[in-house]
This record gives sequence, C-alpha cells and structure tokens, in this order.
Amino acid sequence: MSLLAVEQLDARHGLLQAVRGVSFALAEGEILALVGANGAGKTTLLRSISGAHRISAGRVLFDGADISAVRASARVRMGIALVPEGRRLFAGMTVEENLTVAGETRRRGHWNLETVLEAFPMLRPLLRRRSGDLSGGQQQAAAIGRALMTNPRVLLLDEVSLGLSPVAVNMVYESLQGVIAGGATIVLVEQDLSRALRIATRVACMLEGRIVLEGKASDMTRERVTEAYFGLRRPDAGSAVS
Amino acid sequence: MSGGPGIVVQRWSPLSIGAMSCLGALLVLLAFGPFYLGPYLTDRLTTLLIYVIMAAMWNALAGYGGLVSVGQQAFFGLGAYAAIRLSHAGLEAYLALILAPLLVGLVSVPLSTFALRLQGGEFAIGMWVFAELAHLLVNLDGLVQGETGTSLIALSAFAPDTRRALNYWLALAVMTVLVAAVFLLLRSRVGASIQAIRDNQEAAASVGVRVMATKCLIFVLAAVGCAAAGALTLATLISFQPKTYFSVQWTAYMIFMTLVGGLGTFEGPVLGAVIFFAIETFFGGSGVWYLVGLGACALLFSLFLPRGIWGALRDRFGIALMPVGYRLQFRPRAGKAAT
Amino acid sequence: MIWADQIVQGIFLGGYYALIACGLSFMFGVLRIINLAHGSIAVLSAYLVWMLADRWNVSPFLALVAIVPAMAAAGWLLQRTVLERSLRSGALTPLLSTFGLAVMLDNLLFEKFGADTRSLAPNIGDLAFNSWTVGGGVTIGQLALLTFGVALALLGGLQLFLNRTPLGRAIRATAEDADTAELVGIDSRRVYAAAAAIAIATVAIAGTFLGMRATFDPYTGPAQLIFAFEAIVIGGTGSLWGTLIGGIVLGVAQNLGSQVSPRGFLIAGHAVFFVVLAARFVLAGRDPRTLFGALRRAPI
Repeated sequence: MSLLAVEQLDARHGLLQAVRGVSFALAEGEILALVGANGAGKTTLLRSISGAHRISAGRVLFDGADISAVRASARVRMGIALVPEGRRLFAGMTVEENLTVAGETRRRGHWNLETVLEAFPMLRPLLRRRSGDLSGGQQQAAAIGRALMTNPRVLLLDEVSLGLSPVAVNMVYESLQGVIAGGATIVLVEQDLSRALRIATRVACMLEGRIVLEGKASDMTRERVTEAYFGLRRPDAGSAVS
Repeated sequence: MSGGPGIVVQRWSPLSIGAMSCLGALLVLLAFGPFYLGPYLTDRLTTLLIYVIMAAMWNALAGYGGLVSVGQQAFFGLGAYAAIRLSHAGLEAYLALILAPLLVGLVSVPLSTFALRLQGGEFAIGMWVFAELAHLLVNLDGLVQGETGTSLIALSAFAPDTRRALNYWLALAVMTVLVAAVFLLLRSRVGASIQAIRDNQEAAASVGVRVMATKCLIFVLAAVGCAAAGALTLATLISFQPKTYFSVQWTAYMIFMTLVGGLGTFEGPVLGAVIFFAIETFFGGSGVWYLVGLGACALLFSLFLPRGIWGALRDRFGIALMPVGYRLQFRPRAGKAAT
Repeated sequence: MIWADQIVQGIFLGGYYALIACGLSFMFGVLRIINLAHGSIAVLSAYLVWMLADRWNVSPFLALVAIVPAMAAAGWLLQRTVLERSLRSGALTPLLSTFGLAVMLDNLLFEKFGADTRSLAPNIGDLAFNSWTVGGGVTIGQLALLTFGVALALLGGLQLFLNRTPLGRAIRATAEDADTAELVGIDSRRVYAAAAAIAIATVAIAGTFLGMRATFDPYTGPAQLIFAFEAIVIGGTGSLWGTLIGGIVLGVAQNLGSQVSPRGFLIAGHAVFFVVLAARFVLAGRDPRTLFGALRRAPI
C-alpha cells in the first residue's frame, strides 16, 4: 500500500490555479523528485501535502486515511514534515531551540538531538548561535535537522539548494545521503536536474500545474525530462494530443 | 487596441445617478427644515447631522485610511474649546464656531507627522493618550475653570428660535461640505491611492503611492470634521465641560455607527448614524444598559458582520448608490465571435 | 528631601505599571493584538477579588488563587471565541472587538457594582499602610515593595518560562512565524489560546494589586490600559525588562509632576510618553513597529 497518495489535487492562489488535478502515489522508502520550471506548481503541491496550503479539490491520503482536512501541525504529528522553501528558521531562537521545539511532537523514532547532530555535524558548534546569524548552508542544515526532529515518515524537501553556494549544496546533500541510507521516504523539489535524477528513485515533471511526465528515475533520460520541463512534447510518449 | 477587451469602465450607473438626484432633492428639502419642522424636530435633526459628520469622519480615517483611532474625542473637545477661546477673543459666536475646526485642523498637521508613524494598535491607543493630554491641558486654562467648565455665552445673544435654525443650517452645511469632501477625495486620484494603502501599504508605496501624504490628508480631514462636530455640539448645548467633550464615549459612538453601518463603505456611516440616532432616541434613557448594548453591538458586528449592514447588502446585491468607485461593465464585442 | 522620596515612590509605582503592562506586552508580542479591553479586564479582576474578599472575608491573596485560574480560563475563551475570529477579518478588527468589549465590561461593572469606589486595602490590614523609614525622608511602603517584588518575579518568571519550557519555546516560535510553527508540529491555535490565558492571568494579578494600592471604580479600566501602554512604549527596548524600565520612568515622572501641580501627575506621565516617542523617531528613525516586540528578539 502506498504511504502517501495525492488524488486529483487542485490548489489555487486566489484566481490563479497553481496545481491542476495532480495524482501520484508513493510507497515507503521511495524518493520522488519533483522537477519543473518556476511557477509549475511544485512548491504549492508540497505545501498542500504538508497542510500549509489549503487545497480546493481532491484528496491527500496518508497511510490510507484521508487527511485533506487535517491541520498542518496535526499532519506533522502523523509523520509528514516539510522543509519549506527559504528555510524559515525561527531567526530569534538558537539552533538548539529550533531543533528542540520541533522535537516536542513526541513522535518516537530514530531522530533526536544527538542523531541529528551526528547526521549534520556542522551544527554541533552552532547550537547556541542565533539561527538568524547563520550562513545559508548552515541554515539549510538546521532546517532539515528541525524537520527530522519530528521523526517524519515522509520528508518533503523544497528547493534545499536554493541560494546556497555549490560547496554548501554538496555538504547538505552529503548529509542527506545519510538520511536516505536510513530508509527515508522523501518528496523533493530540486532545480538541478542531474542531481535530482541521481538521488531519486522516481521523477515527476510538472508543467503549468500538471504532472506531465512521471516514471522511474532509472528509465529517465535528461532529454526526456528536459522536453517535458519545457513542454516541448506532450507526455505519455506516443499518445498524440490534437 | 481600438475595440478593447470588451470591458467598459464606468463611474456612474443608472442607480447612482438616480440616487444622486434624490440626494440633491433631499438636501434642498432639508435646507428648508426649520420652516416646517418645529423646534423639537429641528433640534433632533441637528443632532443627527452631527452624528453623520462623526461617523463619516471616523469611517474616512479607519475605513479608507486604515487608521483606527480611539482618540478622536481629542479633536471633538478641542473644536469646542477653540470655539470658546475664539469667541472669548472677541470673534462673533458663529464665526468662532466655523473657524474653530479649521484651527484644530491646523494643529493636527504637525501632530499627524508624529502620530502616523505609529502602526495599528499603537496609533489607536497613542491617539487616546493624546486625547487625555489635550483634556488635561485644556483643564489648565483658567477660562475653562477646570472640570467646572464654561459656556459659549455669546450664543445667548441670539433668540432661541434663531439660534436653533442657525445651528441646524450650520450643521447641514458642515455635514454637506465634509461628506462632499470625502466623496471628492475618493473620486480623485487620491481615492485610488487611499484604497491601495488600505489594502496593502507596502505594495502601494512600491508603486509610487505617496502613503504618508495621503494618510496625512485623511488624518487632517478627520480632525477638522471631529472638531466641527464638537463645535456644533457646543452650539446646541452652549455649556462646555471638558470631561464631557473629551470623553472616549464620542469615539465609541463613532465606532458603533461606522461598524454597524459599514466600515469602508461610503453610504454605511450615514446609515449607521441614522440607526444610532434611532437607538439613542428610544433607548438612550435606559442609561447603562444602553451603553452595554452599544459595546456588545460593536463587538458582535466586528466579529460577525465586519463590513456592517451596508457592506453586507452591497456584497449581496452589488448596489452602490454613490459613484465613488469604478464599475466594470462587460459588453459583448459586436461583429466578432469570441475565439 | 521630598524629591528623593518622590523618586523612590515613583520607582515603586513603576513596579505596578510593569505588572499591569506585562499582560498587554505579552499578548501583543505573541498575538499581535493590542487588547483595548486590557484595563477593563484588570478592573474586572479587582472586582472579583473584592467580591470574594468582602463576602467571605478571605484575604485578597487567597482570593487570587481562585481568580487567577478563572481569568486564565477567560483568556483562553477570549482568544478562541473573539480574537481568533476577529483576526480573520483583518489586523485592525481586533481593535474594534476589544474596544467594544471594553465598553461592555465597564458598563456591566457599573450596572452590577454602581459608581462607588472600592478598595481592597481594608482587606489586607497593616500591609496597606505599614512602611519603613530609611532616612533622608524616604519611606518604603510594604505593599509597594511587595508589588515591586511581584512584578520582578512575574517578569523574570515569564522570561524563564519562555526560554526554558517546551510551551515557552512553542510560544516564541509561534510569535515569530505561526505558519512555520505549524510545520514543526506546533498547533498555533492552542499556543495562541495558551498565550492569551497567561496574559489574562497576569492581568488578574495586576488588577488585584491595583485594588490593594488604590481605589477603583467601574471606569478605572481605560486609565490602566493607557498607563500599561505608556510603560511599554517608554521602555521599548524589546524585552519584558524594558517594560519595567518604562514603568519606572513613567512612575517617577508622574510623581515628580505631582510635586509641581496637582494635575502634574498625569500630565507629566503623558508628556514623558510623547517625549520618549519623539526622541525615538528623531534619533533612530527606527521602525515603530518594533516598539513592542518583546518576544521577537533573541533570548537574553
């Protein structure tokens, strides 16, 4: 059975429909990379799954249960955690407080302050620092650590490399590899196509609010994804659209 | 594009043209009021006109400027006080009553640069502190004799009937001028910026709306209007006790009228003033429970009907009697089929 | 030295102002709401304590033990039924709601208790007037000292609570960014309600001290709101301790003003408020929105 499923999901920003009839299902341990141009609806889709954005139609299923009407905080306690775009740490609080405040969901699991620090060793000397004073890479590590503190069953990562230096991106992804090795289920939004193809087990490409290409990462070629990315060819190769 | 997208921007609708004509007729009818209304009704109508002024001013401030003030009693009291001072200085009584609000408006200009830097609740309560301070300072004036107060003695030179009629005409004229000022302000270029500021101050500033200048204009207009209401109240009551005039109750009335009628609608405050006037006429004698009811109404309207009665009607039926906004009229493009 | 004594009395009066300002500052810091019914709720609490003290002849301090939880519950209810709803229709609407509530409360109190002024002073015996003379014409009232001590304890306790407890951290996280707090599993609705409960509980304590140190009547509330607001703005350093400083500056200014003229007490207080505000605008040109932000800064 799928751990996370989205059925015919619609989400709007006012008059603008950002997500149109999106469906997919994700089994435990799978890593889905969402790719697509800016404004394709990736962030809105992630936020809708996490409960941060109200959906206008469709369903979000978690462990078989319809959670469409559940508050974001309650979804976190069920095991869905989002690392939001722009990191959104609590700038006035220390790194340690950012982590512990998220650890109070009392979900049991592998992650606690100590294991998060093992996975992100760069955070250890920063624990007492005000999180607003950290560099982008440090903030991103803290934001992922904060999400892990809730012991999620599904981790949603929104553009974790956005605005980071290449070195910092590598560091963040190195640590993420450790998280993935531990058997995490992840949906990530990533602009870097080759990185996404390397890390993910599955890839979905969004265009104008729809998923236009979806499949196993091993079946994907850069060319196919790129075509879908720019909407150069219709999806479902072969079925011509008039 | 010659044909345009099939949308016509309108300022006037048949309904609003009709409403404006009726309003004109009503004003003419009202202008002759003292000749057929009798003393009691003339006095009551004067009070109603003062309420309309207060409601329209508070609405301009909060509904259009996004400035919630609980200190408008400052200007109300200062208007009355200035009239007393001007009259004492030898000015003819009615001239003093007319000039007093303008004087208060002048005082409010430097105050505005200061007060408008306060945001939201800080502005609200900061204005309250200003009202308290103004009250205390007016009390220091020997002419006022502390809380004992004084009177606009010069008014007793007029025969009661003459004074009644003059008060009425003055109130009608002031109300017309101020409400017309709000109307013209909203229809002018400034009107669009006022709406923009109310919706989103930062965004408005970023597209070049002069936020401070516009807010300042509204602030000063509301100060003049509330001062005029205070001066007119003095004209009807003659006596001036600082405690009465600087009471926060005046602002409570303004908030009640605006909230019930429709905050941020042009017609709402007038409706609110009429409702308040009726409630006061019927329940004003019941004292404290009447005030409890006003507070409860303000609370309930803010929770359940934040756009007031008029706002709810407008949302429901799309009516606007006063052409202060723009209407988009969709018309099918002739000769071309939509593709 | 009458001046020295007035300054000392002013400092102690500042303790009371810090006490009454505490809840207002806390509520604004977390909920971004200036509760215009703040003073009226303090007076309501004073009446409730007075009722218990008068009817069953219990000490006001004992009565507080019952009133504080009751007012905390009222705060919770206020948030869930009034503030939460009014915030939905804009940031300014809570001002209107709480102002309506204040008008309602004041007049209901008048309806129930009449215009007579009351005081809790008769219920606390010697504490109301006992004092120590420390020389130089300076006396220290026992009640004044107690008020100051309670203010210190309350401000310090709140600060510790915010920094050291899970709920405190959740409150700070929510105050800073409620949407993101939701994303780490914090139910912002419950946190807001808890914060409102705490704020109103502190108001109950402040109201009781108001009743013990002075007289009150149904329309005393607005003045308390104004004093609390002035203390916060004068303090304005962005921490709960700034509120104490602000309260002391306000209290000292008022007491010195009262030496100049009988009306000088209030005038000097308001004047200091405006002078500090003007100085802040002129000197730093800083964003006045941060005047309040007691909870938005780094932990101390």
